[in-house]
Amino acid sequence: MASTRYLPDRGLSARMALTMFLLGLLYVVLVVVIVIAIDSLALALVVAAGALFAQWFFSDRIALYAMHGRVVTPEEAPQLHGIVDRLCALADMPKPTVAIADSDVPNAFATGRTPKRAVVCATTGLMNRLDERELEGVLAHELSHVAHRDVTVMTVASVVGVLAGFMTRIVLYSGMGRGRRDSNGPPIVLVVILVSAVVYALSFLLTRALSRYRELSADRSGAFLTGQPSALASALTKISGDMASIPSRDLREAEPYNAFFFAPAAAPGFSLSSIFSTHPPLERRLEQLGAISAQLGRPTT
Amino acid sequence: MGLLSRVLGRSTPPPPTLDALFALPTAALTIESAMGLRPTGVGSVCFRAAEGGATRATVTDVEALLEAGGAPAVERSVDSFGFTWLLLRRDPVDVSGLVTDLHAVNATLQDNGFGPALLCSLMGFADSSGRALGLVYLYKRGTFYPFAPHGDKARDNAFELEVRGALGVDLPVEPDLSRWFPLWGAPGL
Repeated sequence: MASTRYLPDRGLSARMALTMFLLGLLYVVLVVVIVIAIDSLALALVVAAGALFAQWFFSDRIALYAMHGRVVTPEEAPQLHGIVDRLCALADMPKPTVAIADSDVPNAFATGRTPKRAVVCATTGLMNRLDERELEGVLAHELSHVAHRDVTVMTVASVVGVLAGFMTRIVLYSGMGRGRRDSNGPPIVLVVILVSAVVYALSFLLTRALSRYRELSADRSGAFLTGQPSALASALTKISGDMASIPSRDLREAEPYNAFFFAPAAAPGFSLSSIFSTHPPLERRLEQLGAISAQLGRPTT
Repeated sequence: MGLLSRVLGRSTPPPPTLDALFALPTAALTIESAMGLRPTGVGSVCFRAAEGGATRATVTDVEALLEAGGAPAVERSVDSFGFTWLLLRRDPVDVSGLVTDLHAVNATLQDNGFGPALLCSLMGFADSSGRALGLVYLYKRGTFYPFAPHGDKARDNAFELEVRGALGVDLPVEPDLSRWFPLWGAPGL
């Protein structure tokens, strides 16, 4: 058998699997609570699940619309199409729709519920800042998201959080006082609120962790696909100077959940923002790409 | 790609299939009789060279191997997308010799762990009027498709479909037309 240079990272896989398992466990807890607590919430939950399904089903169009992406033909963007063509032929995957968003923020995204219905979009800012090899690295990263079906994975992962958040609100606003009372326990409504709030918080942290692992995986697969981890690393350093580390959550909110931090995707230099970010820190990604580079360059036999 | 590798986000480029290459000599005869295009005796292999010394060493090995087998010097070039092309030449009559060379290049890259980096192989055809055709082999699909450029970045789709009809069962032709991606300015055309 021919030798291979494309080895899986078992540690990464294991951490990802553990995160998924914990999310599944949360889901079970939540369902049990729902079953115990509710009759009138059923409809609301169906609505929430429906919204999530629609978000998944129309993910390609929603994302394009939100980013003001414009689908381009091979004649309009020969370079971008050429790169995507070749990457798809290398990876043996169907060619996704190619789009460009007019924005100076250097960014790219890929979305779509199946590889056949996927969209890959790059901003003009990205294409202006990166050279061809770096652009190829970024596109390979995005195509890996498509191949890994990350839209589906992350949608499924976020079900728990969305349901829990929805339930907390519904119970808070409408369910007050309608709870069946246990003669000597606390009102069931309170228990439901408490459990869903905790579930929501936990699932939030877990989905963020999962998202970081998916990013590392996409880096990895993308680097294997092009054989140029350093080009992706260079693209990351160029991009992240402009868009990384803009926090989206109040730091004070973060305090209580500090203790649940269990499997850092982050490097040892741990900061609070690192467990709330959807992407791993730049150093962690560069470190992984450096290791892949060494692996690809190792002399044969 | 299996479900597990998708869920765990572990996709790696698929390994190549090489065996279908040996169907080329028969197909060349068919194309010559049906379409009037003759092999030019030029073939090329396109792959994505990984960074680092291992690829360079492997490519040097490949070139040494072919030259030891009596083939003329291999021409190496890198296209605007960063893909490496190895251009192989043989006497136009010796189609099976060319195919053997193509296979040797591919097998060497594969044995050194760069199989997943192979993009395509191409065999050139032309007729007396100067019309050019490339038969492109997609490793990851194990299928061929015709590519007939004409003029600047235009391709003759009608002619390509005609070639597909002529090839019939001689070659596994890529059924998904969206995968017939163009190779503008490819060495060997």
